[in-house]
Amino acid sequence: MDDATVEQSAKYKEFILQFLDKFKAGIGLLAMVIVMSFLSDRFLTLPNMLNIFRQVSIMGIMAVGMTMVIIAQGIDLSVGSILALSGAVTAGMMAGDTSIALAVLVGLAVGTGLGLFNGLLISKAKLPDFIVTLAMMSIARGLALVYTGGRPISGFDPAFRWIGGGRIGMVPIPAIIFAIILVIGYLVLNKTTFGRYIYAVGGNQKAARLAGINTDRIKIMVYAISGLLSAVSGVILISRLNSAQPTAGVAYELDVIAMVVLGGTSLIGGKGTIGGTLIGALIIGVLNNSLNLLGVASFYQEVAKGLVILVAVLLDSLQHRD
Amino acid sequence: MAEKLLEMKNISKSFPGVQALSEVDFNVDKGEVHALVGENGAGKSTLMKVLTGIHPDYEKGQIFYKGREVRFKSPAEAQKAGLAIIHQELELIPELTVAENVFLGREPGRGWINRKKLKAEAKKIFEELGIEININKKIKHLTIGKQQMVEIAKAISQDAEVIAMDEPTSSLSQQEVELLFALIRDLKEEGIAIIYISHHLEEIFEICDRVTVLRDGFKVKEQAVSEVDRDEIVRQMVGRDVEDRFPDINAEDNQAVFEVKNLTVPDLITDVSFEVKKGEIFGLAGLMGAGRSEIARAIYGVYKNRTGDIYLEGSKLNIKSPGDAIDRGIYYLTENRKDEGLIPELSVGKNISLSILDQLTVVKNVISRRKEKSVVREYISKLDVRTPGPWQLVKNLSGGNQQKVILGRILSTNPKLIIMDEPTRGIDVGAKHEIYKLMQELAAEGVAIIFISSELPEILNLTSRVGIIYKGRLQGIIPGSEATQEKVMNLATGGSS
Repeated sequence: MDDATVEQSAKYKEFILQFLDKFKAGIGLLAMVIVMSFLSDRFLTLPNMLNIFRQVSIMGIMAVGMTMVIIAQGIDLSVGSILALSGAVTAGMMAGDTSIALAVLVGLAVGTGLGLFNGLLISKAKLPDFIVTLAMMSIARGLALVYTGGRPISGFDPAFRWIGGGRIGMVPIPAIIFAIILVIGYLVLNKTTFGRYIYAVGGNQKAARLAGINTDRIKIMVYAISGLLSAVSGVILISRLNSAQPTAGVAYELDVIAMVVLGGTSLIGGKGTIGGTLIGALIIGVLNNSLNLLGVASFYQEVAKGLVILVAVLLDSLQHRD
Repeated sequence: MAEKLLEMKNISKSFPGVQALSEVDFNVDKGEVHALVGENGAGKSTLMKVLTGIHPDYEKGQIFYKGREVRFKSPAEAQKAGLAIIHQELELIPELTVAENVFLGREPGRGWINRKKLKAEAKKIFEELGIEININKKIKHLTIGKQQMVEIAKAISQDAEVIAMDEPTSSLSQQEVELLFALIRDLKEEGIAIIYISHHLEEIFEICDRVTVLRDGFKVKEQAVSEVDRDEIVRQMVGRDVEDRFPDINAEDNQAVFEVKNLTVPDLITDVSFEVKKGEIFGLAGLMGAGRSEIARAIYGVYKNRTGDIYLEGSKLNIKSPGDAIDRGIYYLTENRKDEGLIPELSVGKNISLSILDQLTVVKNVISRRKEKSVVREYISKLDVRTPGPWQLVKNLSGGNQQKVILGRILSTNPKLIIMDEPTRGIDVGAKHEIYKLMQELAAEGVAIIFISSELPEILNLTSRVGIIYKGRLQGIIPGSEATQEKVMNLATGGSS
């Protein structure tokens, strides 16, 4: 080989490596789908695909908010508890004969308010995000137990149950809501000044501030959005289950963060995409679905999920080692 | 003939879209100080990274060390063989003491650290090097100059035979520079070779034996320092002649456009008052830590507990945050490009448009790609930012080009007053001159500039008046025509005019 071809092949190698780097989560997902389609007849069918999308929609919606939080170099551990409290409040109000619309709005307001409170403590009082949201995780969970007296609130109007259980054509409503939120999340991050500022704040907060960005406001808003989307998931969940459980959403934050990280969003901040998060969510969804179809006991499913996360992060760090 | 210690032959290294090094030769003899100079992006840092195993994947070339071919795969491996590099951004742990840093990862004792031995050995090293230092002090309490000494001591304690120093004097006071040079001469006596990377050409004539010039990834020439002069090196670096002196700007008759009165921030600055005229370049000089940057930051709305009044074009400003300052036409260029200026993971374009993004919209809050693109294009070409394209991540550019990106961000806001804090720190002669020229052009357009610098020659060359800061106070203002290095230094060290 002469120098030119050496150079040429080096360039191809570079290109392929960059391609693999950018789409490795997608490639991983594709590989899982291909393997599963051979292992089970029921896997690659439209109903099952829609089923997977519906199953991941509740956590996926939260993952959209979490993506913004993590890009802004934060973390939100309180999402599962906010989901439970918002759901409980919505259920409680409906049980007290409030209209569905108002009950849902109040539920969403509760989630947004708690997120706002997280954001204020983190940005204005300069407390560590990990601690603030860990505290909120406990506070919101406690409030959900207090509000419900520790008992589920069950039995909703069929109109309300349509949100979590209904379909348009073949497509489940939660999946549609998830898709809409994905699109909005994508547009916000890529097309708006607010989205750009999220990347700037997460990439270098000091520089963003000196460039004139109100960094506190950006941080407060991402936590508020995370709270709002947790509440949205809360409403969908109680509608689907026809019951608001004060213990709903325990440990959801871990799966939600896993979806975001599997999608390539960096925990260091400043980097990440909604498309990645969708793939991350689908990886978790396909994994759970596959293990179910293959009849793997649920305890092992947890182990498998942990291993997938480790492998993904390991691949990422191997690649970026200097 | 001196003994050849290190020889790099035909080194080529490329990054996506950039040929960083093209068949570069570089060699170092035992006991010599060999300068490596070139503009930003010329390939100096890359060459050093190839040498010390940070970039083991160079495409072509060989490295011979002590006559043996080597290819270090990591900095640790290079370190072990006796090659140390001292980066511009020091790599010490601020919360640990001097002694702990020197022996980091090699602490004496098994499992438990033998603190007595640690301290004794650290003390011995500094004594041998003739450096006065309290080895029990935490790094964060030391000056940058002292921190650098610790880095050097650390390298020596690991039996380094070649030490590469990247811009070692960029943050040092004159006195600290003298100490560093004395230390370098001692090291030389002991046969240690130094690779000296610097933009300060005077230093090269003071301390170096040979100089290798790089330009655009090619080696231009290697020569004995005694065989060239400054102008010749500059010519080799930039490939053309550059003008060193600047015509004085006549802003004396202009109106004051900016004024601060009794600016005070508790514990940092006290009662500072001055004015800047339209089209004037006003210098702020002083020793490291005197409070120059703090004055700039106070004006820019960084401190919540600031008192005193700020006027721009006659009206009093209520500046509570940098965002307020920018809206009113004041912009601060930080001295700390990497930590406070760049958003490394964003592209060149997105870094440029950051401060006026809210004006580049289709409807409120929605970015107009077309408007953003045109602004980005305008400033990339206006400032001659050398980048493969606006999409390139800003972290992949050289220091000088990164600085231009931030200047583009600043200029896009059409400021009336720009405070430039060490705008030429750590960038090469060519880019420096471009920045000087830009400052002149801005002043000619009527922009007022406050120019903070530790390099007296550039302050004296460019400014029409110099304010000197000492311990957070304005010690005096000298008109440019009367300003000399001696006068400025006298005030900067607490003397009176």
